[in-house]
Amino acid sequence: MLRFVPIITLFFMVGPVSAGLIGTILPSFGTLPALGGDGASLEPWRTLLAQPGLDHSIRLSLINGLAATLISVVIVMLFCAAWQGTRVFRMLQRLLSPILSVPHATAAFGLAFLIAPSGWIARLVAQVAGWDRPPDLAIIHDPLGLAMIVGLVIKEIPFLFLMTLAALPQADTDRTAQVTASLGYGRITGWFKVTLPRIYPQIRLPVLAVLAYSTSVVDVAIILAPTTPAPLAVRILGWLSDPDLSYRFMASSGAVLQLGIVLVAMGVWIGGEKIVGALGRNWAVDGRRLPHDGWLRHGAAILAIVAAGAVILGLVVLLVWSIAGFWAFPDVLPRNFSLRLWAREFDALGDSLAVTLMIGVPSVLVAIALVLGCLENEVRTGFRPRKRVMWLIYLPLLVPQISFMFGLQVFFTLVGLDRTLFSVVLAHLVFVLPYVFLSLSDPFRALDPRYGQSALCLGASPNRVFWQVRLPLLTRAVLTAMAVGLAVTVGQYLPTLLIGAGRFATVTTEAVALATGGDRRMIGIYGLLQMMLPFAGFALALLIPAILFARRRGMGGNNRI
Amino acid sequence: MRSFVSGFAVAASIAAASTPMSAVADPAPDVGNWQSVLEQARGQTVYWHAWGGEPRINDYIAWAGGQVLERYGVEVVQVKLTDTADAVTKVLSEKTAGVDDGGAVDLIWINGENFAAMKRNDLLFGPWVEETPNFDYVDVAGKPTVINDFTVPTNGLEAPWGMAQVSFYYDTAKLDSVPKSAQALLEWLAKHPGRFTYPQPPNYMGSTFLKQVLTEVVDDPKVLQQPADEVDAQKVLAPLWGYLEDLQPLLWRNGQAYPQNGAAMRTLLADNEVDIAFSFSSGEVSSAIEAFELPDTVRSYVFDSGTLGNTNFVAIPYNASAKAGAVVLADFLMSPEAQLRKQDPQYWGADTVLAMDKLPADMQNAFANLDLGIASLSPAERGTVLPEPHPSWMSLVETEWQKRYGVVQ
Amino acid sequence: MSNTQMKSGLELRDLSIRLGDRLLVDVDLVIAPGEIVTLMGPSGSGKSSLLGHICGTLPPVFDVRGVVRLNDTVLDGLAPQDRHVGILFQDDLLFPHLSVGGNLAFALPSSIRGKTERRARVAAALESAGLAGFSDRDPATLSGGQRARVALMRVLLSEPGVLLLDEPFSKLDRGLRDQIRSFVFDLARQNGLPTLMVTHDPEDGQAANGRVIALD
Repeated sequence: MLRFVPIITLFFMVGPVSAGLIGTILPSFGTLPALGGDGASLEPWRTLLAQPGLDHSIRLSLINGLAATLISVVIVMLFCAAWQGTRVFRMLQRLLSPILSVPHATAAFGLAFLIAPSGWIARLVAQVAGWDRPPDLAIIHDPLGLAMIVGLVIKEIPFLFLMTLAALPQADTDRTAQVTASLGYGRITGWFKVTLPRIYPQIRLPVLAVLAYSTSVVDVAIILAPTTPAPLAVRILGWLSDPDLSYRFMASSGAVLQLGIVLVAMGVWIGGEKIVGALGRNWAVDGRRLPHDGWLRHGAAILAIVAAGAVILGLVVLLVWSIAGFWAFPDVLPRNFSLRLWAREFDALGDSLAVTLMIGVPSVLVAIALVLGCLENEVRTGFRPRKRVMWLIYLPLLVPQISFMFGLQVFFTLVGLDRTLFSVVLAHLVFVLPYVFLSLSDPFRALDPRYGQSALCLGASPNRVFWQVRLPLLTRAVLTAMAVGLAVTVGQYLPTLLIGAGRFATVTTEAVALATGGDRRMIGIYGLLQMMLPFAGFALALLIPAILFARRRGMGGNNRI
Repeated sequence: MRSFVSGFAVAASIAAASTPMSAVADPAPDVGNWQSVLEQARGQTVYWHAWGGEPRINDYIAWAGGQVLERYGVEVVQVKLTDTADAVTKVLSEKTAGVDDGGAVDLIWINGENFAAMKRNDLLFGPWVEETPNFDYVDVAGKPTVINDFTVPTNGLEAPWGMAQVSFYYDTAKLDSVPKSAQALLEWLAKHPGRFTYPQPPNYMGSTFLKQVLTEVVDDPKVLQQPADEVDAQKVLAPLWGYLEDLQPLLWRNGQAYPQNGAAMRTLLADNEVDIAFSFSSGEVSSAIEAFELPDTVRSYVFDSGTLGNTNFVAIPYNASAKAGAVVLADFLMSPEAQLRKQDPQYWGADTVLAMDKLPADMQNAFANLDLGIASLSPAERGTVLPEPHPSWMSLVETEWQKRYGVVQ
Repeated sequence: MSNTQMKSGLELRDLSIRLGDRLLVDVDLVIAPGEIVTLMGPSGSGKSSLLGHICGTLPPVFDVRGVVRLNDTVLDGLAPQDRHVGILFQDDLLFPHLSVGGNLAFALPSSIRGKTERRARVAAALESAGLAGFSDRDPATLSGGQRARVALMRVLLSEPGVLLLDEPFSKLDRGLRDQIRSFVFDLARQNGLPTLMVTHDPEDGQAANGRVIALD
């Protein structure tokens, strides 16, 4: 049984993506019988290419995606290089982990409420400058898409940081840093010359996932990106929502084009890696040491802290808005507060939380079971998946959602499985599995194999070793992976709506529906509510092992497991 | 908070109800025989796809659902959409997959282009509307749009639910006088550059503004009642582009950026970024004040020569799973009682589709005694209702607008 | 714990282990019950692979030839848990999530039934290791020497037919090392276990007072 688990797991990830892509590619060449598209035709592509400003949209998607990724990677690498092993590092580590549970849209709204011309920062400036109107400045929805880049960067930094954190122990970084320091290298130079080349291969796939996401993001783009024209993914969504049903063909072509853009972005990135790698090999041995890099170190710390601070401050503004009475422009705080909306939403909350869990709990349980099965199979057979298989695991994170979700909806309808809990869970699983795998595989593989060997030699069967030794030892890691999985399912909007035919009203679908009403109080309330479950999940992942192993010092956070 | 237990009960019932029902065909109800419709409807669950961006509207829908459950044993579940077209997409993808029975959508809150598209692609069930009991109260004579949706005859495929009319609003604490025509707006904006904008087409509020202007500046508004391909459309639209040529540079952000919908435009007014905004319902402005979204000094007004008005409807897809239940719900929504509550700004504040003189005396009184809210316009204050142009004009204007202004160089 | 009659000990017949082209180990050896044999060699010489193979936990990437026999039973092909091979590593590897008593009970065969009986066995083992009353303790609160003794008792409770020692004393303080060494060796001999120790510390070999075989 166990040896089939990896195949089943891959099938759950690759199957829906492939089915969905087929369902997107066919209409892009004119095949969609319900609308009278029966034959192959290039007409959808011609219509697409004739769209005004298409080049502009493509450029926005491509360049902003690359820029957001590059900036996030550089900040994370600089910060790790400058502060790894210090108190500042541990402080930021504690700060960034909970930020991971903030949904992208919530963070983007928080940022918008902070930096918009009528946002909190402008209100503070207005006190001094004496403005009674917000400045007529395009700070969000700006033509270059800078606000969107910032919005992506502040959310991707925590993700990349935690991925890097997982890679660091394998490079023996603390002692390496001592060696480079003793050879007269500045912290950052030493780290970039010696440690980075060793850990980069491990964070490469997460970086590419960030790139794919940033290049095809919809929700953050709707909140922060320019609209004249919008990035491609947003326009595709608009075409799909157009009452003129013939737009569906063009939208499908757009979705295929979006996939192409992601591939080009990856090509550019990988090319960039090669160039940087080649230059870096010379640079690494040219002896330059930059021994006094205090300014750069502090710069890195400031950038990282500002990024984290923007998310946290954004959450604070959301909170203030959620209880605000009328809040006129230059006022720093609302004139009065009201809990009326909270009270009303709390009444309806039970239902949407229950539905969210009804989808989330099975998704997470199936995902954790499959991932544990894969990893346990590795231990028993001694075979680790090859690099190419890791690409497959990342596939759902590398293919833009918009390029396969609509096709997947048609597929599920065809097999008569749409709007069932089963198919919604399946659609969520596509995204939950890779994240659960990523978060559990490192700690699982890092567990000292001699625990298992000892237990076997003591006469315990492999199953007993798994249930009574490996699983308890990994309690914290397993619960954390489940919390990550829960955060992922809670955040799913398109899959829930499309595959569930709108019948599964989760916290997130409610939040997005109400956000279209534009009331900042409702956005505040639902932004915070959306965080509740993931946050509770992460809190439980910390709390349960702490209670379970209260009397076992060896199970604390700092031991080798 | 309602208890988790009840939450899970709801969740479990959704799970049970959401098994695929493709195998069970729902026979078309015989609307002429109302008793048989009621019998067929009992026990059905109606999935009503309706925009969910407004908590008060969601509450009203929940109330209506509760009423039909109590009276007719029909359960109603609102599927909260961000965009009505999502429901159209759903029906379409079912047709693609050959699901001609047992579809996911039972009722859609719809009008205009979405209706025209569904009608054109044979995605609707019907005709059924004119045989429902409460349709007798509908003001067909006084409100021609209840059977002509953006000039497209409804043919009994959708039931009128509410009336909407464009009204503008502003903060009386900041402005003394307001422009009351498209031309006056342009002149006012020349003196106050950057203090007005409209949602970015193809958002329908934005497109509505363009149509309002078009109706005012066009040589002969009657031509807009015909499909655009039957006349020299370029010539008809020329005055609109001339107007926008002058208007665009005077807009908020010089026309380089736009609010994405009516709600975002409302936020701009609240933040003092613009001075004048507009909506499809003055009752909505009153309730925004109630919800602290606007200062209580905001008031509504209409243009002197009138503003565009239309009707919104509910329609049943051809493959709905609970057609009888949907018909019963739609009929209830047209009842005097439901329409009265809908017009009450305490609950919603949207105008009724009913004719006052057809109603029983007590109902007439109840309507007359409604307190419409501080920023709402009474029927007398609303002036002339201008008819919506044929939907083809909207697509044409949107496409052309996108070419001219959708890409900022 | 297991009696010594009719036992022929551990036989490693023409045993060779290769990884790719590299020959790691090549031995031919019989260890009698109660005998302690020391394999000496630098790290990386494949000593641990040999022990892994005897345990049955060596990953299949290694190419192994030859036969392993314990008391006339061929071990090759048997699952690790069916081999009755006890092993001690340089780390004690006490399970941190179980109490001291829990660690010992984990090793106790399930054929010993009844809570009272199992508890009594655990208590007896602890007492013989000079750790009476330690059953409920968290292993993390024990000293290095105490942990080493618990680890040995855990192996012995699983009723092994052979004892393998993988650098078992290298992490102990010098003062403690002699004490634990004699504790382990004495118990191994008392139980009549054929014992194979791999180490790079010549003192271990001397203390074992048995055959010492050098690997290159």
